[in-house]
Amino acid sequence: MFEDVVLLSRIQFALTIMFHYLFPPLTIGLSLLMVIMEGLYLKTKNPIYETMARFWTKIFAVNFAMGVATGIVMEFQFGTNWAGYSKFVGDIFGAALAAEGIFAFFLESGFLSILVFGWDRVSPKVHFFSTLMVSMGSIFSAIWIVVANSWQQTPAGYKLVQHLGMTRCELTDFWAVVFNPSAMPRLIHTLSGAFVLGGFFVMSVAAYYLLKGRFEDFAKRSLTLGLIYAFCASMMAGLAGDTSARLLATTQPTKLAAFEGHFKTEKTGTGLWLFGVVNDKARRVEYGVQIPDMLSILVYGNPSKPVAGLDQFPEEDWPPVPIPFAAFHIMVALGGYFVGITALGLFFLWRKTLFQQRWLLWIFVFSVIGPFVANEVGWVAAEVGRQPWVVYGLLRTKDAVSQSLPGQHVLASIIAFSFVYVLLFMVWLSVLHSKITHGPDFSTTAPPQTVDPKGLLEIAAERADPSGESMTLAKHEPKEGN
Amino acid sequence: MDLHVLWFLLLGVLLAGYGILDGFDLGVGILHLCVKTDTERRILMNSIGPIWDGNEVWLVVFGGALFGAFPSVYAAALTGFYLPFMLLLVALIFRGVSMEFRSKHKSPIWRNFWDISFCISSTLIAFTFGVAVGSTLSGLPIDANMTFTGTLKDLIRPYHMMVGLFAVATCAMHGSIYLYLKLEGDLQKRVHGWMWRTFGFFIACYILTTIMTLVLEPHATQNFKHYPISWVVVVLNILAIANIPRAIHLNRPLYAFISSCCCIAAFTFLFGVALFPNLLVSDLNHQWNLNIYNASSSHLTLLVMTIMAGIGMPFVLTYTAVVYWVFRGKVKMEQLTY
Repeated sequence: MFEDVVLLSRIQFALTIMFHYLFPPLTIGLSLLMVIMEGLYLKTKNPIYETMARFWTKIFAVNFAMGVATGIVMEFQFGTNWAGYSKFVGDIFGAALAAEGIFAFFLESGFLSILVFGWDRVSPKVHFFSTLMVSMGSIFSAIWIVVANSWQQTPAGYKLVQHLGMTRCELTDFWAVVFNPSAMPRLIHTLSGAFVLGGFFVMSVAAYYLLKGRFEDFAKRSLTLGLIYAFCASMMAGLAGDTSARLLATTQPTKLAAFEGHFKTEKTGTGLWLFGVVNDKARRVEYGVQIPDMLSILVYGNPSKPVAGLDQFPEEDWPPVPIPFAAFHIMVALGGYFVGITALGLFFLWRKTLFQQRWLLWIFVFSVIGPFVANEVGWVAAEVGRQPWVVYGLLRTKDAVSQSLPGQHVLASIIAFSFVYVLLFMVWLSVLHSKITHGPDFSTTAPPQTVDPKGLLEIAAERADPSGESMTLAKHEPKEGN
Repeated sequence: MDLHVLWFLLLGVLLAGYGILDGFDLGVGILHLCVKTDTERRILMNSIGPIWDGNEVWLVVFGGALFGAFPSVYAAALTGFYLPFMLLLVALIFRGVSMEFRSKHKSPIWRNFWDISFCISSTLIAFTFGVAVGSTLSGLPIDANMTFTGTLKDLIRPYHMMVGLFAVATCAMHGSIYLYLKLEGDLQKRVHGWMWRTFGFFIACYILTTIMTLVLEPHATQNFKHYPISWVVVVLNILAIANIPRAIHLNRPLYAFISSCCCIAAFTFLFGVALFPNLLVSDLNHQWNLNIYNASSSHLTLLVMTIMAGIGMPFVLTYTAVVYWVFRGKVKMEQLTY
């Protein structure tokens, strides 16, 4: 195994991308919420929204730093471990990465400095604009990277060319690459996944404060905003995911078959597994519940038209079914949960009893794990479901690896990354924990805990000179015990 | 204009931009442990706080542009430098989070850990880039399939180490001048001494590296015959170097800083002259060199990337300038964020 560079490189890629992908969806989701909060502040002049924006910006900054630090690995890993891939697709994929750098990363990092450090240096409007630009930058980044990845799923706008004795893809139509068949539904699905995470993250922290009786006005507004936002995003994620999945029947039938554990094509309609366990050897799904004909209805709108199973394709083109099956079903189940739990929250919000439902608040506190998992397993389903191809139908994963790379070197880097990432993960949790227990900074004079929401607002409004407030953590002690 | 040549130049611009911008914040990292108290260390970190991340993006964009414009070079170089590159990535990770995490807890052990990690990782990053430049200059064992066939030993030669050291010296000097600009009071006075010491270190490394390049890598200077105009840059480079001590002596730190920026740009230019039209030189057979024609993307891709750069870079330069303007002036105690 230690000599299998393909397997080792795949493990390394999975490790580094999955660790990295804890952070981008959170920062994408949070940044848009921060835009909304600052927008509300500019509109209403209510300082509570500024307090909210400042607090969530701090949380955002920690996650953004983690995203940047772990993201650099991704930028270069295509070359270090996947030289075959880089040479094959550089003409198209490399250009998308360059575009991401020019249009997204510069925008994000430039305005990030004003977002985090510039509260007292620029006017509120300029600051709002900076927040908006950071949010746009993170969305641009998602656009380019999802376009590039979607091109790997559904290549378009290219031709195969012999170049100095090796085959490679060359660009023929830039817009066909950008709008390749799966790009837009997958982009919307990915972005909504990020918004769901941002919403649930804010809900989780806000619900925690409410349960502990801290920062009530802050927490109620954050929770309300997060809840509405998460509900809309969950609905959008579901709709775009549905479009994406149905598209697979024509673009990536082996992936769809793997998602559904669908080995054998029937004569009539194909069923849809609600859950189950794939027995790869026996080539069937066990311990499961299936809705008859449902997949045919979803894909073709016709209950008796069969969907192609894996037996329609050569076995060498099959993905490893159990992983995409499990990942896909976990994602879909979580997606349903997000819609359900946020709808329930909205019901109580409408009844004006949301903040008294302690059981539901506790559920919100822990529900944040859900979108983290859903974002990860969604990508696992998409990427493992594409196997054995790295570019669907064009380049196999085993041909994509760096040929001259010794297995021991990859093993060494896996060990190094594992060590570093475990350390970073613990540090990240510890820093987040201290930021969250510290809570938002209202004013340097009055402890917010002892005042009712109205008084709190007044204190915040009275804050004479906002420039006296820095984001220095060590300067402010937590202002209250419980 | 020939798009292949244009992208060779643009990569040079990105590399020089990275060297100039990240150069000074790496330098601040290298010098970080020279101050002992907690507040002073925070001041040092905050002097680069708002801008280091944007500076590092130049490297990321350089990587993306290399991938897009010359994919075979991207593939061969990164595979060839696998272990040094992994070390570099780990260092880049640690450097970024060191600044973010350092001041988030009060414990001295916590802070010392991130201080040391910040210094070591910054030094390692500068050193590794120097080594990469050195090995690119002296050539790599690349076979007919554009694949690196060597071992780690091919990357660790005295010349490469020398260039690595030179890079550390350049960043340290560049960073100390930057710090002198951003600091005030007693700390600034001490930094004055650092400028002289790092300049001495720099000039020693510069002379040694120049001699070693002329003796060990004669092919690096061949292009001067074809492009005699390059001598102008050599002369300007020497003038810029000479202007640094002059400006420090006259207490004109901004001139010194501009001069050290010019030095880094000139070094990048000379690196390009040494390579052109190759990007990676094979020391096995010069037929197997990766040059701007055989290693490039298709014409259409280069054209699309040129259009994107044409649209994007003016914006990038504008808001980079805006950010530096917003954060102009001295680092103040009460504004410490890191």
